[in-house]
Amino acid sequence: MSVDAQTVEKLAELARIAISEETVEEVSSRLGDVLQLVDKLQAVHTEGVAPMAHPLDAVQVLRADEVTEPNRREEFLALAPQSEQGLYLVPKVID
Amino acid sequence: MEWEIVIGLEVHVQLSTQSKLFSGASTRFGAEPNTQACAVDLAMPGTLPVPNEAAFRYATLFGLAMNAGIGRRSVFERKNYFYPDLPKGYQTTQLAKPIVGAGEVEIHLEDGSSKKVRLHHAHLEEDAGKSLHEDFHGMSGIDLNRAGTPLIEIVSEPDMRSAAEAVAYLKKIHSIVTYLGISDGDMSQGSLRCDANVSVRLKGEEKLGTRTELKNINSFRFVEKAIKVEAERQIDILEDGGSILQETRLYDSDKNETRSMRSKEVANDYRYFPCPDLLPVELSEDYIDRLRGEMPELPDAKAARFREQYQLSAYDADQLTQERATADYFETLAEQCGEPKLAANWMTGELAALLNRQELTIGQSPVSAEHLAGLIARIKDGTISSKIAKQVFEAIASGEGDADTVIDKRGLKQVSDTGAIEKMVDEVIANSARQVENYRNADEDKRPKMMGYFVGQIMKASKGQANPQVINKILREKLDALL
Repeated sequence: MSVDAQTVEKLAELARIAISEETVEEVSSRLGDVLQLVDKLQAVHTEGVAPMAHPLDAVQVLRADEVTEPNRREEFLALAPQSEQGLYLVPKVID
Repeated sequence: MEWEIVIGLEVHVQLSTQSKLFSGASTRFGAEPNTQACAVDLAMPGTLPVPNEAAFRYATLFGLAMNAGIGRRSVFERKNYFYPDLPKGYQTTQLAKPIVGAGEVEIHLEDGSSKKVRLHHAHLEEDAGKSLHEDFHGMSGIDLNRAGTPLIEIVSEPDMRSAAEAVAYLKKIHSIVTYLGISDGDMSQGSLRCDANVSVRLKGEEKLGTRTELKNINSFRFVEKAIKVEAERQIDILEDGGSILQETRLYDSDKNETRSMRSKEVANDYRYFPCPDLLPVELSEDYIDRLRGEMPELPDAKAARFREQYQLSAYDADQLTQERATADYFETLAEQCGEPKLAANWMTGELAALLNRQELTIGQSPVSAEHLAGLIARIKDGTISSKIAKQVFEAIASGEGDADTVIDKRGLKQVSDTGAIEKMVDEVIANSARQVENYRNADEDKRPKMMGYFVGQIMKASKGQANPQVINKILREKLDALL
């Protein structure tokens, strides 16, 4: 299966990755290679095999419902490019 | 043309766990921004989620209450999208293997009828943070305290056929989650949120019409209004020969209209895949059985018991069991006063009106069950009439003390003393020559009705305190003696 330029652009948009026009062709061919591998996997006969949720054959351990995390707001806010009144500031987003 | 409205609801319920779904940060509402957002909630590199047992327990209890299958093995998946209130770039949720499978629930409508609504499934997922769009120099402020709070998303089948049915369903979900104690169900704080899928079709048509998804409907009243106004919009378009666009619409309660959220130009493509950070969660048969044994009495069972044990009407039993706190109040009251029917009448009448007027919940009621029981006891033993009782009720509500204190202080004790009442009856008869004449000339079967005038006059003379039974008896004797 090949990946056309339009699909590459759509995937880039969904993943918020900037792909310049010059590299679209290269990305498209590399993604195509990956999908060829997927095609090979698709050919494997899997009828009656349950889909695998995780490669480890183990079960999730749950934790007790307790508050264990202290407030470390100032440390975390200091890592952000901009903050104000205890809030992280980001470019305006309104639907 | 007769149209039929088809509605399915997606209800998000915040679970009242102490800590978050995947971290040990607090979920307390109303804290200072970002003081309850830890490294896991912020998606700091190197952090890993560890699921909260209580979230699974609560979701399981909900599933059992909905007669639904419980997923012995549930799997978390990543729903990928970008928004600043979602630091990881994906929401951890469930898709193919949710914790709660198909089920059904009975809803009760105001006309007394019932119907079953099917549950498609319910899944566990994490809530997002909050974006504040007030002016921060043209930027948005992000508070991540809510990020990671556990939610169950409850997805119904499109089984509802009117806005009233949708409200009844939502009330039922509210009632179940609050009975179970798995959520505070407070819509004003966003603990319970509702999206509605609405479409219309000609009556008798099998095929579903194109639906729109309504967002932002955050009270029972708005659910009803939003669905009505959206259905009208769709019908108008179809009757004019147009077609409905499948889209997400926002309900504006100020203008009572829905409008398109046009921003999503690229169709949503969430690229779900199983979360590699989390293993499948398995719940044992023992675990589920133990929870089944811990289930509290649910609203329908309680209503049935109230009808049986207290001889209440179906309507009263439903009204009194919608909220657990109301049901508890009723049981205390009924036991203390020994008059379940009177108790139900007072609760659905005066008390409901008072709480409504003052916008209080039953838990905040200024008249306690003990106070109301005291008042009903005084009606029962004839100390006061039902009419005076309303006055006493208002006085208790405004903090004047219990029934006996109010009756004493205001001198409201009912007059049953025959001598005093006889005197009042004589006076009224003496001053009502014309009415007495009419009474004498009237047909025998008309007379009882004509007594009303005299009773009214006597009640007025006694300031409402004369015992009506005693008045009736004496009046009858005196009038008949004049015949």
